Amino acid sequence: MRQIDAAKITEEVKKLCIEANYYLGKDVMDALEAGHKKEESPVGKEIISQILENDKIAAEGVFPMCQDTGAAVVFVEQGADVFVNGNLFEAINEGVRQGYKDGYLRKSMCDPITRKNTGDNTPAIIHMNVVPGDKLKIIVAPKGGGSENMSFVKMMKPADGIEGVKEFVIDSVKNAGSNPCPPIVVGVGIGGIFEKSAQLAKKALLRTIGSKHPDPFYADLEAELLEKVNKTGVGPQGLGGTVTALAVFVEVHPCHIASFPAAVNINCHAARHKEAVI
Amino acid sequence: MAEVKRLNTPLTDEDIEGLKIGDNVLITGEIFTARDAAHKKMVEILDKGEKLPFDIKGQLIYYVGPSPTRPGQVIGSAGPTTSGRMNKYAPRILEAGSKGMIGKGEMGGGVPDALKKNKGAYFIVVGGAAALISKSITANELVAWEEMGAEAVRKYTVKDFPAIVAQDSHGGNMYVEGIKKYSKI
Repeated sequence: MRQIDAAKITEEVKKLCIEANYYLGKDVMDALEAGHKKEESPVGKEIISQILENDKIAAEGVFPMCQDTGAAVVFVEQGADVFVNGNLFEAINEGVRQGYKDGYLRKSMCDPITRKNTGDNTPAIIHMNVVPGDKLKIIVAPKGGGSENMSFVKMMKPADGIEGVKEFVIDSVKNAGSNPCPPIVVGVGIGGIFEKSAQLAKKALLRTIGSKHPDPFYADLEAELLEKVNKTGVGPQGLGGTVTALAVFVEVHPCHIASFPAAVNINCHAARHKEAVI
Repeated sequence: MAEVKRLNTPLTDEDIEGLKIGDNVLITGEIFTARDAAHKKMVEILDKGEKLPFDIKGQLIYYVGPSPTRPGQVIGSAGPTTSGRMNKYAPRILEAGSKGMIGKGEMGGGVPDALKKNKGAYFIVVGGAAALISKSITANELVAWEEMGAEAVRKYTVKDFPAIVAQDSHGGNMYVEGIKKYSKI
């Protein structure tokens, strides 16, 4: 067994919270540059150029790219041969606490009914998985409220088939309109069970823009959905245009013979996520 | 950058009538921040026939909830929040003399009619372009209701604050017209 100190995990989570909010990934920047060239609406073009300028200012490290610095969503892949010396979840929450304080990030977590703020952006939303090996991988993906509010789970009928999924995705993007701050990244979870489909959709948002699903059937579906989403006309900030999404990613899981769950999780153009391997 | 119109606050009826959807504008002067809680309170004050804690005539209200300010800076990242939540209050604020609102996302309810009737405009700033927007804010001071914390009314002094006209005083709505123009399915 390889031993990892909980303090090391706190340190990494803290760093990742800050990095994710200030430094947008190169894949997203490249996709925005390409979108700027492609956009047909002059207003849409201007919006994308402001977004690009914004993300360059954020990368100077003073202003986070968006004032909504998100709920701290943390994915952990723990190697089966790793022993964490301490409480893993407490270590992650401490990292979030320190990162949001020292990084001058907004604390957005509150009680759902009283709306009282927890004050330090905890608790983190933690997704845990065990994988082979002796490493521990942490991905921090701060998620904004505007785009999360425009996400949906639908328990479809098996007979709805692939066409049902396509219709669900397009309708979701149209109904979301300007609210999730397009150009968006669309995560689609197909199958699993109620909550699994939502987790798949969220996990899909972690993919690198430009990557394709390994199964050619789903790779084609991703390409087709992206083309259709960009034909909705929603455009940058919902003011009309040809670049509504930068990418559509699909993740799939087997499901019950009676069920056909699907989920759409939308990310704004600040498609933030940073990872570290310990 | 595309052609821009420069606006200096407070705005006049003529300033507003000259604006149409899709116009890029740069706003210079003072703008006032308010979101849910402050709107509720402002409308209560107006309904009682009392005076607001600032002169709203010709002013713009910005829907914002910034990230914390670093030492030595005027403000943190200060991008827009979703405007639709203020649909219920905005018509009353326009009636009181405000010339418009700044936020993100379409405004509905009684807002389009109130923009026509009171000669107002709804501007959007690019959601998630908070760092860029913050660069145009040169001063930030508390106006009222400190106890509301992030929801208190503040006055921002802005120079070349970049915004786009999304809904105008002539009934124009870019969310409807823009999407119709580019929709192919």
